[in-house]
Amino acid sequence: MQVPAPFDYARASSIDEALAMLERLGPEARLVAGGHSLLPMMKLRLATPEHLIDINPLEAELGYIREDDGEIRIGALTRHRDILESELLARHFPIIRDAEEKIADPPVRNRGTIGGALCQADPSEDLNAVCAALGAVAVIQGRAGERVVGMTEFHQGPYETAVGDAEMLVEVRIPLRAHGGSAYEKVKRRAGDWAIAAAGAALWLDGSNVTAAGIALSAVNPRGVRSTRAEESLIGRPPSEDGFAAAAALAAEDCDPIGDQRGPADYKRHLARELTHRALRRAAERALAS
Amino acid sequence: MAVADERPIGFGRMKRKEDPRFIRGQGNYVDDIRLPGMLYGAALRSPLAHARIVSIDTSAALQHPKVRAVITGKDLEGHGLAWMPTLSADTQAVLATDKVRFQGQEVAFVVADDHYAARDALELIDVEYDPLPVVVDPRKALDPDAPVIRDDKEGQTDNHIFDWQAGDEAEAERVFADADVVVVTQEIPYQRVHPCPLETCGAVADYDGVTGKLRLWCTTQAPHAHRTLYALVAGLPEHKIQVIAPDIGGGFGNKVPIYPGYVCSIVASIATGKPVKWVEDRTENLTSTGFARDYVMRGKIAADRDGKIRGLRVDVIADHGAFNAAAQPTKYPAGFFHVFTGSYDLEAAYCTVRGVYTNKAPGGIAYRCSFRVTEAAYLVERMVDLLADELEIDPAELRLKNFIRADQFPYTTKTGWTYDSGDYETTMREAMRIAGYEELLREQAEKRARGEYMGIGMSFFTETVGAGPRAMMDIAGLGMADGAELRLHPTGKAVLRISVETQGQGHETTFAQIVAEELGIPPEDVEVVHGDTDQTPFGLGTYGSRSTPVSGAATAMVARKVRDKARLIASAALEVAPDDLEWEKGRWFVKGDPEKGQTIQELALASHGSLELPEGVEGHLDAEAVYNPPNLTYPYGAYICVVDIDPGTGEVKVRRFVAVDDCGVRINPMVVEGQIHGGLAEGVGIALMQHVAFDEQGNCLSGSLMDYLVPSSMEVPDWELGETVTPSPHHPIGAKGVGESANVGSPPAVINAVVDALAPFGVRHVDMPATPARVWAAIQGGTPR
Amino acid sequence: MQINLTVNGEQRSAEAEPRTLLVHFLREQLGLTGTHWGCDTSNCGACVVLLDGAPVKSCTTLAAMAEGQDVRTVEGLERDGQLDPVQQGFVEEHGLQCGFCTPGMLLTARALLDANPHPTDEEIKVAISGQICRCTGYKNIVAAIHWAAEHAEEVTA
Repeated sequence: MQVPAPFDYARASSIDEALAMLERLGPEARLVAGGHSLLPMMKLRLATPEHLIDINPLEAELGYIREDDGEIRIGALTRHRDILESELLARHFPIIRDAEEKIADPPVRNRGTIGGALCQADPSEDLNAVCAALGAVAVIQGRAGERVVGMTEFHQGPYETAVGDAEMLVEVRIPLRAHGGSAYEKVKRRAGDWAIAAAGAALWLDGSNVTAAGIALSAVNPRGVRSTRAEESLIGRPPSEDGFAAAAALAAEDCDPIGDQRGPADYKRHLARELTHRALRRAAERALAS
Repeated sequence: MAVADERPIGFGRMKRKEDPRFIRGQGNYVDDIRLPGMLYGAALRSPLAHARIVSIDTSAALQHPKVRAVITGKDLEGHGLAWMPTLSADTQAVLATDKVRFQGQEVAFVVADDHYAARDALELIDVEYDPLPVVVDPRKALDPDAPVIRDDKEGQTDNHIFDWQAGDEAEAERVFADADVVVVTQEIPYQRVHPCPLETCGAVADYDGVTGKLRLWCTTQAPHAHRTLYALVAGLPEHKIQVIAPDIGGGFGNKVPIYPGYVCSIVASIATGKPVKWVEDRTENLTSTGFARDYVMRGKIAADRDGKIRGLRVDVIADHGAFNAAAQPTKYPAGFFHVFTGSYDLEAAYCTVRGVYTNKAPGGIAYRCSFRVTEAAYLVERMVDLLADELEIDPAELRLKNFIRADQFPYTTKTGWTYDSGDYETTMREAMRIAGYEELLREQAEKRARGEYMGIGMSFFTETVGAGPRAMMDIAGLGMADGAELRLHPTGKAVLRISVETQGQGHETTFAQIVAEELGIPPEDVEVVHGDTDQTPFGLGTYGSRSTPVSGAATAMVARKVRDKARLIASAALEVAPDDLEWEKGRWFVKGDPEKGQTIQELALASHGSLELPEGVEGHLDAEAVYNPPNLTYPYGAYICVVDIDPGTGEVKVRRFVAVDDCGVRINPMVVEGQIHGGLAEGVGIALMQHVAFDEQGNCLSGSLMDYLVPSSMEVPDWELGETVTPSPHHPIGAKGVGESANVGSPPAVINAVVDALAPFGVRHVDMPATPARVWAAIQGGTPR
Repeated sequence: MQINLTVNGEQRSAEAEPRTLLVHFLREQLGLTGTHWGCDTSNCGACVVLLDGAPVKSCTTLAAMAEGQDVRTVEGLERDGQLDPVQQGFVEEHGLQCGFCTPGMLLTARALLDANPHPTDEEIKVAISGQICRCTGYKNIVAAIHWAAEHAEEVTA
């Protein structure tokens, strides 16, 4: 098996300590939580940090899912498995369980965290699209304090986020709104594979009309996941198959897939459309039932 | 089906004797071996597919505090070891000297105190390359402007390796001209795949400078053949080489060749005076060790309107990579591909196979292919379906109409195989019964009316396995006849030494069962020794489904010799003539006086005791045998696959898979079923997701399990098995072998099902792997009728 | 650095570099070679052990990250000479051939049955979906886990 290059290792016992270490050690230091994004890259020597700061001791502090002040708040060190199993999340945001069921595989989900997934910012990573569709915000803590950024600002491109030097993601907050429904559709070649394409959709209704929509796609656009044109096309109208089709077409136009081992660009663009349509249909069903 | 209650003395379902150590994590695989002072080797590999080596600077690596040695091609050249012979009478570089010829080729070998340091040291070796043009497409390998890969071979001016043919071309042309209908296929490739056993390849070499003895623990399916080849290549005396295959974590043909890493670990052990372990990582396994298939095939099938198939012709381009390292009997450079006439009674058949070099990893024979039977079966079963489509005849009906009939066996095909026995119609109908074929057709019609796409696909394959008669079959000059030795101890327990090498097939159990069947000794009382060349008789190893047909036969023969000797000892013990004795399982008794007898255990004791033995009978109770098969064996099967396809995404779900196999007599049905289950999963993977792919520069795009996809529990259905039993008339226990059948028969069944599902879109063929992207593209590009 | 953890109920401690992966720490520093490895990209699952009761891929965990935690390997399934029902189930139902994926499969089976004593076929297949078997085609592994579920009280030597 391939093995990492040498590095120094330290454990952080508090957020402040982690941030202080990041500041002291500089850009050659990386935080590691679940490690299932970082360690595989280190084994292949695609990443060679000189220092690893293990923040697993912070799990008690940063591993939680709770309802607070009109929001659901998820600590950055919450494991995929706990997110998958959370009835609170499943009840409010079924898109999350839809996605988690198809993220990686069970042993990986036992270790990987939402913070690790979002901060790795792989263009095929699913939770970024899920959070974007739900209008979530990311809470970033630095030595100077906390700041809150929307997901569009958080995710800046492949493997790039708004988390700066000596900062760490600590929480994701999802606003609770009534009469919502959400769903995630993903096509992959095999269990555990990244998506060939995936689409997340969330709709909120007021009476019979859509008042808010979130549509975000994964693996089909290196630069961003949301299709605001598709979202806007649904607002102020009742959900309908024609509406979904039109929104899906816009989402497909807005994406920018790259042809690769998983499929050529035209197929991925087709999937973007097909999966957006299916996700909207299921989100609407769930919204109407809510 | 639970086996808890069955303890057969002989054939039957029984739990495996080897399981106790594996369930406790006490298997002994190559990477588990640790010897005092052991060092670790690692190979530096070429990042380029074709390049001249300008320089190799190992100085920085040599300065690493934990590095003990660094070996390059130049070092090996001095000892005549930079190149080694392959099992196809070609040569392969152990470490590159002049050029690198495929991405992943071995360029240098470091030896360090631990494997982390060895890995670090690889980065300290500086190699300068001068890139050369690359050819990866076998269709282009013989273009006039293609780069010549094997300029190391005298007289080689292009990338041509061999031309081979079988059958009667003129007769085939006559039949094609005469037949009502001729269907010509477009290209049907069988894509490059890799067996990917869960344990990668590796070795521990331990050379003792004082005794001159080399012990080599190795992931090898053919320990004796390896030993002989090392003796020939390395100039070490053969009696001083001991090759030991410990527990092996899957082989599937990947562990048949000798790899440069093994040779380097031997050289390193000799050079350092310490044991050296080399175990490759997964990327190395996928990109440098024996791949499988990579055949580009084009065929035509001739039939009359009524559906009688008359002739078959196939032309193949065979991609062997940069070195022809495929392992098949030497007289058959295309393996047994000429069994492509399949299960059908034809008037004429002809094939050509042209082998070429490309800038890809060497190999070709692997992954349960039975020496290219997988390619042959895929081709013929696809073509029969194409014909069925053309003639608008049900594919099952077309097959039933053209099968070789039971009364035609033994049947000699138009390409020279003599199939030993078969009753194809019975097996086919059994598969159709289990599948509920008529019901499936009804369901399909209903679903199509609703715009749902379900496919029913079948394949009926005949394999040729159990190589083989030594006059016809040898590998590197070593005839494919195998030995067995059986010795009974005074207390009636037995030790059986065999030449074959299990990688999970359960030989420790099944071979004990053969002895049990012949002698009536419980299988628990028979110790099966295998894998150590110092402890076992010579043989060519385990691949090509040959263990039961060849070594199983040798085992039956040697047990019968022991039984015959026991008769002579019984005649002395009971004071009767040998002809007055009769055998029932476990004892010889006096005819007409059954109380008066001797159990085999009593006879074992007597043979070691003071009993006066008859003239010419030596003491002890043991025997040896070498079995030279009179023919190969011909297992066959009928497979039916049901798929559901989502046209919006191209995803294929295998809903059901029915497999009815006929492998003759089954020693242990539980083991047989397990072999079939595993092969079916491999075949589904090959049909739907596996591909060792390259880009134009020869970069391997499938160098890890992220991109070389093998099925998980989520992609396979619940296998439904049936059986028919048609013994082999020439095999001592009537068994035919089954290890590869399911990998042979399943890919065509899956693809036939996919094409069937997409028929409403006018799709007539989809290449493997039928990934969602490919299926979707086929739907877009189909020509509706 | 010194790494201290509990393995199969015993306190274990050994010296290792920070970059030492848990799978290598178990196999080499602690001599427990029942845990295997089969890939470079965290796909195959041959390395699965239980970390605080949950199946994890020990090739994607640093030994240092398991400091102070509870690890269970295949060697820790048999207790006082009695096999765990999952071990017996794999023998009964021929759930193993070459044995290389088996340790990981056994531990995942154990963890599954501890949380869900009577899983469905689908639940079993999902539980093992992160672990590759090349030999069995999975059917008998599923049967073996059902056997263990049905014979939870029976243990044999």
